[in-house]
Amino acid sequence: MFRVQYYFLLIQGFMAISSKNAIVNPVSAQTHSDSLDASHKDASHKKTSHNEISGAEIVIRCLNEEKIKFVFGYPGGAVLHIYDEIYKQNGFKHILVRHEQAAVHAADAFSRATGEVGVALVTSGPGATNAITGIATAYMDSIPLVVISGQVPVPAIGLDAFQEVDMVGITRPCVKHNFLVKDVRDIAETMKKAFYIAATGRPGPVVVDIPKDITAHKTSFHYPKSVEMRSYNPVLKGHSGQIKKAIKLLLEAKRPMIYTGGGLVLGDGAPELVKLARTLGYPVTNTLMGLGGYPASDPQFVGMLGMHGTYEANMAMQNCDVLIAVGARFDDRVIGNPKHFLSQKRTIIHIDVDPSSISKRVKVDVPIVGHVQSVLAEMNEALLLETTGTAEKTKNDTKNDISAWWAQIGEWRKVHGGRYEMSDTVIKPQYVIEKLWEVTKGDAYVTSDVGQHQMWAAQYYKFDRPRRWINSGGLGTMGVGLPYAMGCQFADKNAQVACVTGEGSIQMNIQELSTCAQYGLPIKVILLNNRYLGMVRQWQEFFYENRYSESYMDSLPDFVKLAESYGHVGMQITKPSDVEGALKEAFSKKDKFVFMDFITEQSENVFPMVENGRGISEMILGDEKKSDEKKGAK
Amino acid sequence: MKHIISILIENEAGALSRVAGLFSARGYNIESLTVAPTEDSTMSRMTIVTSGSDEVIEQIIKQLNKLVDVIKVLDLNDGKFIERELMLVKVKATAQYRDEMKRMCDIFRGRIIDVADGSFTIELTGSGSKLDAFIESLDNTAILETVRTGASGIGRGDRILKI
Repeated sequence: MFRVQYYFLLIQGFMAISSKNAIVNPVSAQTHSDSLDASHKDASHKKTSHNEISGAEIVIRCLNEEKIKFVFGYPGGAVLHIYDEIYKQNGFKHILVRHEQAAVHAADAFSRATGEVGVALVTSGPGATNAITGIATAYMDSIPLVVISGQVPVPAIGLDAFQEVDMVGITRPCVKHNFLVKDVRDIAETMKKAFYIAATGRPGPVVVDIPKDITAHKTSFHYPKSVEMRSYNPVLKGHSGQIKKAIKLLLEAKRPMIYTGGGLVLGDGAPELVKLARTLGYPVTNTLMGLGGYPASDPQFVGMLGMHGTYEANMAMQNCDVLIAVGARFDDRVIGNPKHFLSQKRTIIHIDVDPSSISKRVKVDVPIVGHVQSVLAEMNEALLLETTGTAEKTKNDTKNDISAWWAQIGEWRKVHGGRYEMSDTVIKPQYVIEKLWEVTKGDAYVTSDVGQHQMWAAQYYKFDRPRRWINSGGLGTMGVGLPYAMGCQFADKNAQVACVTGEGSIQMNIQELSTCAQYGLPIKVILLNNRYLGMVRQWQEFFYENRYSESYMDSLPDFVKLAESYGHVGMQITKPSDVEGALKEAFSKKDKFVFMDFITEQSENVFPMVENGRGISEMILGDEKKSDEKKGAK
Repeated sequence: MKHIISILIENEAGALSRVAGLFSARGYNIESLTVAPTEDSTMSRMTIVTSGSDEVIEQIIKQLNKLVDVIKVLDLNDGKFIERELMLVKVKATAQYRDEMKRMCDIFRGRIIDVADGSFTIELTGSGSKLDAFIESLDNTAILETVRTGASGIGRGDRILKI
């Protein structure tokens, strides 16, 4: 504090001098305003008083008011004033990444793991464009972020200035909202709005673009306690009449199904859903984004559904008579061909905070717009009234009806049951994930990249808690795994964090090995190395007659040496018998980053699988060629 | 089916591009779009003429409502409404056409607002279909230039879009 006041005096002294030498030609000051003292000259136009602080300091104070713990970022010209203020504060810790994309991914994972708003800070131009993939990834999965980007000074905007890009324009399709702040007096309110918009309703990333001169200008600081926007009023409570209707339908169902997605996890509705599902005794499936929303070890859980979902989940989804969707959006990877899905008659109840998610791909019978947690809580109350009101009858009725449905689901469970062929000679990727689950006792944060390894992680790691499975579901961004693991480790420094990845994906943000070294992050990288872009290769095998166009990964680095060069521990595992021991050894190194290079079966495919454009009950269950020689099948 | 959608939106830089961007990103069709500030200068009123199935229109309304700058959305086709559009047409008014143009203009209750040696400029207001009808009834070769504002719409009677 003392130091800060001292700084003020210095600045004011400097201004007193510089205002005497006021700039004669304002145009030259504008076009060269990136030069060292331009900002002081700009600010000198205004009279400053003791309680006025710079825009840069206001940004920091806003972040402190929001109780932000970590800001992930990378400095550059347009954000130098802000970085100077970061140097002087200790309200939050700034994490220096090695690429802006990773900054946004790490902030995104921090949010997924904690439920808090993630914050990233990048400079203008290339810093801003590098952040785009991160922002779009968060947008597709509805993750609350505030991304602060530097911008060229206001007078230079539109003049193709050095490192200028129209950030508000370029991010418009992939943000919940964005702002360009053109007056220092608007910073505080804009920041408040940004956090409010990011976190409420259907969450999402918000970009605040701040020109450099604005961060130098001074004004008094007042951070609003709350903010009201006439144009933005997210719905919270669900409609009681609709909730009653839903309860009635659920209690009358013969073949009910509960289908939950990422919205349940993000809305912290999992405990209420578990209560509802257990009271009803109905089967539950989770989407890829929703894993952990219902405990995977619970007998009512039928597994993930969708393109690589379980046979039983997809069959139950297709054949149910009453479906309740909670924070899920009937995505193309989940319900396959909507026409095929609708060929079976069923009544659909849909709870979602975003009205535009309802009846977007599939017509819904009972829409309930509201926050999943509050809607589910109200349903639980209503259900309690209903079942105690007509206690005996209802309970017996539902139990009877359901047993036939459960028997059918039991039959479906036997059809595939997550089987894969075991081998003594070559490591099966599924086996690695199973052992990872055992060694971490099912309680690690598991981040993944995108591809086959992602599906295997989703299928074979049994998530019992929400916010433990961190992956890019909507955008499917290769390269998220390592920065996601960083975000998780910052969120919970003592937690076990495993990054399940492929040799293709890991190389898309491999530079973050350096960040991990700098902050001593004890992440464990589980690289399932099959020397192929596995999912691409699988599709080429199935749909392009084995023409493996550009899907072979040549010239791979020696990952062990690479890890070691950053000061990490590197391991290569080639034999199935070594898998468990190696994992145990790696996770026993509690303060070390361990890079585990598992050399796995090259041509392993992800099953079950629904081909693109097919119905979800039309599944390929395994490799026909290989199914004859299923000696070691589990 | 054609729908006329009225929007109250914050009068802020970039608000129009959010709406236009939404339509292009999601593949919705815009036939016309008009926008201007209202009596309260912090708000703009926008009228969009679009078309699509009921499901598409429902999504358009929902997606518009989702935009943070959008204050209110009304599908005018849900009730009774009035639609007006302004058109300026410059037509040949040489001796051969002069009387004919004056007559057509009167029939459609247009006004000639500029007279030059060889041309008239006609101002015409009405629904989109009336303006279409006027264009169709003119000899195509006589039309030199047309400019249309796109439709503005307002609900009849008690249907009021206000905050």
